[in-house]
Amino acid sequence: MISDKPFLLKRLFAVSFLLILLLIVTMLLGIAIGSTGNELKTILQLLLGERAVEPMREAIILKIRFPRVILAALVGATLSLGGLVFQVLLRNPLAEPYILGVSGGSAVGAIIGILMGLSRFPGVGFTAFAGSVATLLLIVLMSSGQSILKKDSLLLSGVMINAFCSAIIMFLISMTQDARLHNIIFWLMGDLSMSDTKQVVILAATLLPCFLLLFLLSHSMNLLLMGQEMAQTMGVNIKLVTMTLLIVTSFMVSATVSHCGLLGFVGLVIPHGFRLVLGPDHRVLVPSCVLGGGTYMILCDLLARTLPEHGEIPVGVITAMIGAPIFIFLLKRSRQ
Amino acid sequence: MAVDIKNITYYYGDNPVLKNLSFSVREGDFFIIIGPNGSGKTTLMNAVSGILNCQEGRVEIFGRSIQSYNRKDLAKTIAFVPQMFPDDFPFSVTEMVLMGRSPHLGIFGLEKEDDIKLAKQAMHFTEVRHLAHRKLNQLSGGERQRVFIAKAICQEPQVILLDEPTASLDLAHQVKIMDLMDRLKRKKGITIIMVSHDLNLAAMYGDRLLLLNRGQAVSLGLPQEVLTLRRLEATYGCRLLVDESPLGKFPRITLVPQK
Repeated sequence: MISDKPFLLKRLFAVSFLLILLLIVTMLLGIAIGSTGNELKTILQLLLGERAVEPMREAIILKIRFPRVILAALVGATLSLGGLVFQVLLRNPLAEPYILGVSGGSAVGAIIGILMGLSRFPGVGFTAFAGSVATLLLIVLMSSGQSILKKDSLLLSGVMINAFCSAIIMFLISMTQDARLHNIIFWLMGDLSMSDTKQVVILAATLLPCFLLLFLLSHSMNLLLMGQEMAQTMGVNIKLVTMTLLIVTSFMVSATVSHCGLLGFVGLVIPHGFRLVLGPDHRVLVPSCVLGGGTYMILCDLLARTLPEHGEIPVGVITAMIGAPIFIFLLKRSRQ
Repeated sequence: MAVDIKNITYYYGDNPVLKNLSFSVREGDFFIIIGPNGSGKTTLMNAVSGILNCQEGRVEIFGRSIQSYNRKDLAKTIAFVPQMFPDDFPFSVTEMVLMGRSPHLGIFGLEKEDDIKLAKQAMHFTEVRHLAHRKLNQLSGGERQRVFIAKAICQEPQVILLDEPTASLDLAHQVKIMDLMDRLKRKKGITIIMVSHDLNLAAMYGDRLLLLNRGQAVSLGLPQEVLTLRRLEATYGCRLLVDESPLGKFPRITLVPQK
């Protein structure tokens, strides 16, 4: 039988506490491990305020690894939330920013911004946002005929949008002949290495309010699962909530894409994993996706940095290698 | 008056589904809307629940235009029991009933102890306590309707709307649902507005009936006033027999085969 106590609040705190702990441990690992070997001792010394730290090591930790880990956490959180929100709005377990083509649209926008010589923020961020909104409009327009809500047609339209976006990206790249080319290609594959402290601070300041806003809308997301009309009779302002969710999510996704390119399948792996363990309540899932998505991305980045003996592989390669098989598994299961 | 409908007209495209319809529902009544398929019953329900806005006319809830309510206030006044429901709804019975509290929750949307108590009472009232941890799609039709009604009670509304709650239920479950609504009316003074296809159930339980045909009111009044042989035969276009029910002073409708 159910207890009188508000079990949700307790669960929310317990889950958040565990996930925060996990996130902190992962962050420490992410900062400590790298090409210079294990730096846990250096971190400890820095935390304790000891002066005896080598300046070079201090610089690596504070100016390179720390912002990079924070960036990874922000990006992982954003993409997980993006998947969660799209899965509710489109009533489709396979919806995810990358699969839908929203990330691709942002990438087109971002590349146009870069080629126009705009600054990374707010210039490129803005063109990326425009690109993601354009693709989202396309998806919503197509889905207004309802047929797209079926799993396969949504996937097909995503494949087409992605193909179209890559064609534009190839076109743009082939039209330019300067040194920015290599950067663009590396960035496209998903790359967290271009993280300087100032950019990361700006990104955090834009994303954290979005996370909070999505948490405030999480109960409405629960009600949306009853269907739009039913949710409306239970006090949800459907138009306002749907629009806010769409705009906030595409804004967040485009902000991360313009920083680190295309990272696929994160929004699939994390929400489904948590749904399996924690159940369907979005008031728990939203904070879990923020914390757990961040942890996941830091780990993926750690792999990307440490797997090859020299240099690193783009983290997008890692997320796709883990995510694509899980996607195929989910697709197979949802057909049964 | 709980609900006042004043000259509403609703078009799907160029097609008027409700035509200049007016009626009112008294507070505390069990009000049942009947009529043939395509007569506009469901559209009317959607107009009263605020899901759709009529192009012409006015819907008033307790004397105030429905448009002057914000979504949450309307949800605290009117609860809706649907006929169709997504079968991939992932929540348990308890969670579903608890969602009835959502218009009453604060900005973070978290339930307090009182909300859980209310949900338990509502589940007790509709006899679904034993199903607490089951998923919606694991329930029978009758059980699911009782869960939806518990959710509606949990919303603490003054009016509950039901769209054909007894459709596709067996006899025992039909009576159970109707008795439940009757008890709700008597014990909590909630106004019940129901769309039904079953004329006999409507005659037995309804305080007042509205007979709808092609978007217009054919008749409105007590069951024995509305359910007359001539009117029903003309509206439904089939042969019938109407006499007094052996159970009391209300009509009984019998279908006559057209051999």
